[in-house]
Amino acid sequence: MISTILIVGGGQAGAQAIDTLRREGFGGRLVLIGDEPELPYQRPPLSKKYLSGEMAADRLPFRHRSFYEDHRVELKLGRRAARLDAAARQLELEDGETLSYDRLLLCLGAASRRLTCPGAALPGVRYLRALEDVPPIQSACKPGARVVVIGGGYIGLETAATCLKMGCAVTVLEMADRVMNRVVAPCVSEYFALEHRTHGVNVICDMRVTRLDGGDRVEWVTCADGSRHPADLVIVGVGAVATTELARAAGLDCDDGIVVDEYCRTSDAAIYAAGDCTNHPSPRFGRRVRLESVDNAFEQAKSAALNLLGRRMAHDRVPWFWSDQFDNKLLIVGLSQGYDRQVLRGDPAARIFSVCYLKGRELLAVEAVNHSKDYMAARKLIAERAMLDPDKLGHSDLALKEAV
Amino acid sequence: MPKIVFTEPGGARREIAAPLGITLMEVARQHGVQGVVAQCGGACACATCHVYIDPAWAARLPPREEMEEAMLETAWEPRDNSRLSCQIHITADLDGLEVAVPQKQGS
Repeated sequence: MISTILIVGGGQAGAQAIDTLRREGFGGRLVLIGDEPELPYQRPPLSKKYLSGEMAADRLPFRHRSFYEDHRVELKLGRRAARLDAAARQLELEDGETLSYDRLLLCLGAASRRLTCPGAALPGVRYLRALEDVPPIQSACKPGARVVVIGGGYIGLETAATCLKMGCAVTVLEMADRVMNRVVAPCVSEYFALEHRTHGVNVICDMRVTRLDGGDRVEWVTCADGSRHPADLVIVGVGAVATTELARAAGLDCDDGIVVDEYCRTSDAAIYAAGDCTNHPSPRFGRRVRLESVDNAFEQAKSAALNLLGRRMAHDRVPWFWSDQFDNKLLIVGLSQGYDRQVLRGDPAARIFSVCYLKGRELLAVEAVNHSKDYMAARKLIAERAMLDPDKLGHSDLALKEAV
Repeated sequence: MPKIVFTEPGGARREIAAPLGITLMEVARQHGVQGVVAQCGGACACATCHVYIDPAWAARLPPREEMEEAMLETAWEPRDNSRLSCQIHITADLDGLEVAVPQKQGS
């Protein structure tokens, strides 16, 4: 009999798990432990409309406080889980409180990868991941302030676009030869680099940062080629690492994330995990993955909640991602690894196009730029393992779903 | 504050006072209206905040834009009065708006 469920981590996954557990009839004690003091909130706006001030703070939480009261959820927010004793089924918080559980769900998320070069610890070097990271960035983003963004991935580019809108002079330094190189096709990278440059962001690729310098705060960013970039503020967006310390210390299997099976179970039968912190199998794509996305946090938490109540439901979804930069919407569905052919649909110059990834005739992934139609059609086609005709696919006036 | 009446998939009616300036989706989500999933939080990237607007009200709302139109095309059982609730901003003249939540979200 499951009478107590603890959820550690108050992000997207933790919030969703609560919802599913109560909706599926779990009537026992439900406790949410989160190290941030706020009610579970949405992270995507932090680099966009919340940073720019267009979105008020009270719009960030998923649910009002009354929702948690109505659903009898004990909130232990601003409280850090310090130690997990899996054999005794006990979780100890940093302040000494010890909680016993029948089932534990770890939704620990991921943390910003830290810069390690000399000067990385100077004041004025910022990361953007949590609500508390935003105010110092906002106060430094005065009109005319020189902002250097290290890393041209989603977070770096979204933040660059927002800082520019706030009136800052923005430089993006990307180590690879193109922006977002790990997640999109070269033509999509090119499109976004051009968008940023047209708006006035100084995007520089092939540029490895070697040191940061300054007196009582960061003033210069120096690169491997000897170039120096003046900075009033440095924002680092060089990826994230799964948060696994609690799990690892308790002896749970971890390997680039907490290792779970398709039922979201860790190596301990009473402990489940969901979201950015997990390394999980993707039956659809035939390999293990670790995904950092709202979609995966949401869906995996739902699956985990069902499974820890004893319903057997494999987590097998086609992942999707999005990014907003200036007035562009990048929509990605599927995983492109293992493709043998890329097909471009439409013309980047027309500002609406998509890139399809095929393995043989099977559609693996689509990157859609301002192309909701292709994106939505692809979500269905990829889930159904649809076989497409690559020649028809290239005719962009033919709907994606007709290219069979 | 204008009152919005949601009918959940199970048939339950929820009358909620909605603050001005936020979206219909946010009202539903903050109060846990069943069936409004709203995964992307209003980025028009998921089509999981699909609702049916009372036909008497549908024509009084600003029309769907191209992106919303494209997202709705593949939604579960779209109808003429289908909308993505993240694209509807609460204004004073929406007092009394009736909204039904579909049985399912997604395609």
